[in-house]
Formats: sequence, structure tokens, C-alpha cells
Amino acid sequence: MEAQSLPAALALVAGGGAGLSPERRAALGVSLPLLQRDYRFERVWFWGCIQGVRGAYYIAEGLGPDRAAPRSRLYSLNCLEWSLLTPATKEMLALAEQVKGRFQGDPSFEYNLAEINPEAAAALIESGKEPVFKEEARLIATIEQIDRAVGIVPRGAFVKTPLGSVHENRHFEGLSLVEAKKLSSYFHFTDPVNLKNKTLLEKADLDPSTDFLDSLEHDIPRGSWSIHLEKGGAVVVLRSLLWLGLTFYHMPMTKQFGYVYFGTGEKNLDLPFML
Amino acid sequence: ERGHGPYLPHEPGYGLDQPGYNPYEDEIPDPRARMLAIKNAKAYLLKTSTKSGLNLYDHFANILTKILDEQPTNTVDIIEDISKDVKCAQFRKKMDTLRDEHLIPPTYEAAEKCKALFIKEGGEEEREDVEDEMGQPALPNVMETAFYFEQAGIGLNKDESYYIFLALKNLINAQPIQTCRFWGKILGLEMNYIIAEVQLREGEEEEETGQEGEGTTAEGEKEMGEAEEEDAQKEKEAEPPKSTYKPPPEIPKEANGTGTNKYVYFVCNEPGKPWVKLPPVTPAQIVCARKIKKFFTGWLDAPVVSFPPFPGNEANYLRAQIARISAGTHVSPTGFYQFPDEEEEEEEGADTYEENPEFEPPPVAEMVESLATWAHHVKGILKQGRCVWINPSQKSEENDEEEDEEEEEEEGEEPQEERGPPLLTLISEDEGMKDIPAWTAQASTNLIPEYSVAILQSNRWPGAYAFASGRKFENIYFGWGHKYSLESHSPELPSPAQGEFPIGPEITETVDPTVEEEMAFKVAQEEALAEAEEEEDEEGEDD
Repeated sequence: MEAQSLPAALALVAGGGAGLSPERRAALGVSLPLLQRDYRFERVWFWGCIQGVRGAYYIAEGLGPDRAAPRSRLYSLNCLEWSLLTPATKEMLALAEQVKGRFQGDPSFEYNLAEINPEAAAALIESGKEPVFKEEARLIATIEQIDRAVGIVPRGAFVKTPLGSVHENRHFEGLSLVEAKKLSSYFHFTDPVNLKNKTLLEKADLDPSTDFLDSLEHDIPRGSWSIHLEKGGAVVVLRSLLWLGLTFYHMPMTKQFGYVYFGTGEKNLDLPFML
Repeated sequence: ERGHGPYLPHEPGYGLDQPGYNPYEDEIPDPRARMLAIKNAKAYLLKTSTKSGLNLYDHFANILTKILDEQPTNTVDIIEDISKDVKCAQFRKKMDTLRDEHLIPPTYEAAEKCKALFIKEGGEEEREDVEDEMGQPALPNVMETAFYFEQAGIGLNKDESYYIFLALKNLINAQPIQTCRFWGKILGLEMNYIIAEVQLREGEEEEETGQEGEGTTAEGEKEMGEAEEEDAQKEKEAEPPKSTYKPPPEIPKEANGTGTNKYVYFVCNEPGKPWVKLPPVTPAQIVCARKIKKFFTGWLDAPVVSFPPFPGNEANYLRAQIARISAGTHVSPTGFYQFPDEEEEEEEGADTYEENPEFEPPPVAEMVESLATWAHHVKGILKQGRCVWINPSQKSEENDEEEDEEEEEEEGEEPQEERGPPLLTLISEDEGMKDIPAWTAQASTNLIPEYSVAILQSNRWPGAYAFASGRKFENIYFGWGHKYSLESHSPELPSPAQGEFPIGPEITETVDPTVEEEMAFKVAQEEALAEAEEEEDEEGEDD
């Protein structure tokens, strides 16, 4: 969610019971603008908080002029000092999928790689590096997975220019109430996967400036999003069931929207049993 | 018009092709030509489009008006969008000859319901009742609890907390309630549940059990009637063999007011909607709820489709999960509650506790560091599904006539008495999962230790929180209602197929004897026969 609209947004996602304490909120209000200044981001998003057993990680994302470019991610343990995270690599993603259990809350905690994936451990030993998997790497990979899988924006909020870069649509006035209840009005804010597979008939209806992302309609498994209209339709809240804790809010007919993650950072692999 | 041009400046005749400079032109250049050209251009712009009825002139005028009114930045980049918007605006007004029905969005209905919460009914009588009540008021101070939890970042929006506060007040006015507490909120797929934990005044509960008893006797009578009909039919037709399957005896649920049914729970989907009472929970439901993992939909009468089949609908499943969460995560500072008589402890399964008037709250730092400063004040649920163990075989003796068979079957498996941890166990005794402790304790703030609050988060039931600050403490739950497990959930396998018939030697297959064996057997038989004959002969000879 946008750093500037943080207080209002936190009030809207509080339906799930998770939020930030006044101390953290005040700290964010102070440190996020400083982050924007230091790293020269155009936009700073407060991504959310991953609860570890002994501590919590607070994550922020910074965006540059092209909103769809890979975002810089930073984490902090106390919402005041932020450390930049390196971009995620494929090996990190593969290893993180196999690690189970909660985050510990200590970024330098090392997971025993031999238990998780002996082949990877052997490969690392051969190349001369130590066979360790740090929690920081797991954090990077988890944030990337969550963003790819369930980071969503409403349709029409972003436009793609002919040059390929993506900007906010200043003409976006919000989804109507009818549109807001449909899953097809929300897009994954990441590289599209399914767009090429659409039939020509469907593609003809799309507007290439706004429909350049995957919509939520064809997410597997079906029913992995729960849509709630709170306050009788004043706010639309989407909660992901695949990554429990990701909440997206939007006020129909206004420009306000955003998503935030408050959770343990674990994928809900039992989803098919639970639906 | 250009003629022979273009003439370069050094050439004679340069500039002569402009109108009015041509030496051969007799006409005086008409300023009105320019005007005519302009008029033609304007007429062209005013041409009405055959498709949409708009003309370009008006359209441009509207666009420029809009731009000059709104003055957006970087207009040239969004000019096409503005043009589209103006067109859309035009269309809407011209095409609809019918007026749209004034849609009342659901926002207003919800606002009406919430407003109803604020209306105070029956002013004077209420005040008298409140004064008469001795001791603690039934209504909990939800806002105070919300404040403390907010220090940890847990809790709902302040507005929503206030609506819940008012809704609880309505509940107390509607039902005969002795104590009431906001238990928490469970999220569902379509709607959420807000749950209140309540103790009804004595005397109110007995009516319900009476009703239930009547219900069961009515059913019992129906069954008797049906059984008689069946018997009558049996005489006429030959019945297929009856199954000898006897289901394991049903474990009776605990009486209202004790064990898992100590509190009564009311739920509603949103503050403002009517409160619904949840039925008491049975051990079978708890045992089954432990084996399944399902999301709540938000509708209390929705069926729970699962394996093993859940005995009940979503209201029962919700109640079972509430019971499990309460038993697993309701804690209080050690020493806040004590047993009434210090002699009765474990053996009797002490169910009651009372507040300790001499309780000295330990400092917050201590409460955070050591988990021994917290204790459970709800009894744990045994494997059986109850808090107090009951031997199911004792009950069955009363019911059935065929005692002999039952006793024979059960001799092999006498149910072992289960014992759970006693009532006020410290939570430091809770087992963790692998290397994750069962509880995480934190102080709400490190910067201002004098006013910080000790916060406990449960790792076994993510979403269960407790806080303690001085003499105040509270438990709450915000979550989806499921237990945390390191391994993925794997559903129970179906039970193995029942044997169709008892296996004995007469129907066991054996290998057929080979020809050699048969011959050998025949030879052996003949020899035996020959010997017997010789013996007979000998005996005969003796005589």
C-alpha cells in the first residue's frame, strides 16, 4: 500500500485482526519518506510484515519510473532502519519452496541445507561455498513468490505506454460496485503468463493499454480468493487463501487501493482440502 | 496556385506567385477569401457525423472547455483519454431516453443497520436494572481490551470494535446473560463470524436441555413405531442376514456448564445482524474436527463435506473449533485464578476456579521472559473429545440386552482412562513443534518499558493472542480457525474393508496334493488296511 495513505489503508484492512501498533505506525510514517529520499524512489509501498517466531520482518518496496520493473525490496526489524535485499535468484526460489516451518525472526539464521536438499548442498560444497541457506535468502524468495502469486491491482489502474513502460493511470476513477465483485476486474501485478494463451476472440476485446496483465479469473485452484464487501459495499476486501494473510482493499468509485501482507510467510498447501 | 515555382530569391519573379502580388492579376486580393476559407473550414468541422450525431467542432469546444476548467498537468500526454471521456459523457445523456431506476446501493442498508445499533431502547427501565446489578457488569469493556491489543498491532478497526461493543450490549439486553466476553472473530469465505462467549444465568439453561430431552424421546418413540412395523413385516418376508456390525458406543456430551460446554457461544456475521446461539458441542464432533481442515463459508447451515464425515453442519464445526481454541489458548497470569479448596486437585478433575484476591501481578518484563508466569484456565480436551474422561463401556451395559456378546468383544480392548493436564497448568509445559515453541512472548514496546504490555502469541493456533498489564488480562482470537501443523494436512484414509465371513480351516485354500503325494498316500492307506486285516486275522486266530 502507498506510504502516504498508510493510516487510512491500515484501517481498511484491519478486518482480519492484524495490523500495526501505534509505535510501528509512527515509525513508518517517519522512515518511509526518508527511504524515498535516500534511494530516490518514485513510490514507496509498505508491503507488509512477516511474523517470525522470535521477531517480525517489516518489508517495504520502492518503485522507479516504470512501475512494472523489478522492485527494490527492503526489510527492517523495527520499522526504522531499512536494509536493501538483493533480487531473488532461481536457486533461492527453488530452495525456499522446500523449506518448511516458520521464519525464525533472525536474518542470519541458517537452515540446515543437507536436510532440505542434499543435492543443492553437495553442489554448493563442490563450488567452494558453504552449504547454508540463510533466512535472509528465504525471506527474499518468499516475498518474490507472494508478489508473483497474489500481488494484485484493479483493472485500469495502470496503463502501458507504447514504449513498454507502465505508469499509473491518472484517469482511473475506481471500479464500480458491480465490477468490484468480479474476479476478472483484478490483475496480477507481475509478468503475465496466461495472456498469450487467450483465444483471438478474447484478445480482440482487450484494450492493450490496460489489459496487459493476467486477471484473477483463471487462478488455480478456483475459489482461492475470498471477496468481502465490508460496510455494505463501501470497501471491497479480497483475501488470498493460498497465502493466508494477504489482504487487498479497494474503495469502489475512488482511486484508493492497495495490498498488504500480514502473516507467517508460509504457503497454504492444504488449500485444496480446505475448500 | 503555385504556378511555375518555386522561385528562388535571386530569380526574377520571386514572390510573384503570392495572391495579390501577381502582376497579371487584376483582382484586388479579397480579405474576404480568407474569411471564406475559414467559413468553409468551420462548416466542415460542423458537419454532423452520421453515426453518432456529434460534430467535431462541438467536440473540440467541449474538450478545450474541460481542459481549461480542470487544468490537468501534462495535458498533451492524456489528450486522447480526455477526448474519449468527453465522448462517453455525451453518449450517456443522449442515448438514454428512459431514466435509470435509482439504485440503492447496499451501502445504505448496512449503514441503516449500524445506525439501529446506536438507538437506545427503553431509557428509564434500563438505568434501574443497571443499578440493581451487583458485582461485575455483564458487558465487557471491549474498547479497553481493543486499546491494549492495539499496542501490539492486533485488533480490528476502532469503528468496528465500537459496533461490536454495541452489538454485545444488545445481546445482553436480549438474552439472560450473567457474564459475557468478546471471544474473537473468525474469517470465512463469504462472510465472517463475530463470536461472543457467554454464561447464561442459572435456570435458563435447564429449559433447553428439557427441550432437547423431549426431542430425543419423540424420536425414540418414532423409532419404536418403526421397529414394530418392521417386525410385522419380518414375519411376512425373509430378511437378508443382518449385519453384525455394532458401532462403538457413543460418548455422551458433557453437561451444559461443565467441561467443553462450560460457556455458551453466540455468533453473528456482522454487528447489527441478529445473534445466533451455537449448539453445545459433542465429543464426536471434536474428535472429527481434529481430523479435518475446512474453511468456514460464513453460513451457519452450510454442510461440512469432508472425510471422515463431520456429524453436523457448519454451526457444529464452528462450535467444535471454538472449543478447541479455547482449550488450547486461553491463558491468564499464574496465580490470578486459584482452586477454591487447596486440597482438591488433579484427581477429582477440578473444574472450578475462582479469582485469587491476593494476586500480585509480576512486572511486565518478567511476564515476557518467563512463560511460567502464565497458566491455562480452561481444561484441555482429552483424546476422547471431553474434558472429563468417561468409560463408554459402563453406559452400554444399561442399554443393551445382549450383554454377553459385548463383554466378549470389549475384553480385548478396554478403553484406557485418559488423563489430561490439570486445570491451572503453566504454559511453559506446553510442547512446541520441532524447534518452534508453543508460545511467543513479546513486550508491546521496547522504547517505553514503563507502559508496555506483555503480549503472548500462540504458535499452535495462529491468531490467538493474550495480553497482560497489571491486573488486567484478556484473550482473543482473530484468524481463520485452524491449527498450525508443520506437515501438510493429509486426510484420514478410509477404514479397511470389513471381513465378509469368518476365516476358518474349512474354507482356507490349501495347495492340492501332487500326483506323487496322492500315490504315496494311497499306498500308505493300503498298507495300513493290510496291517489291520493281518491284525484281525491274528486276533481271529487267537480266538
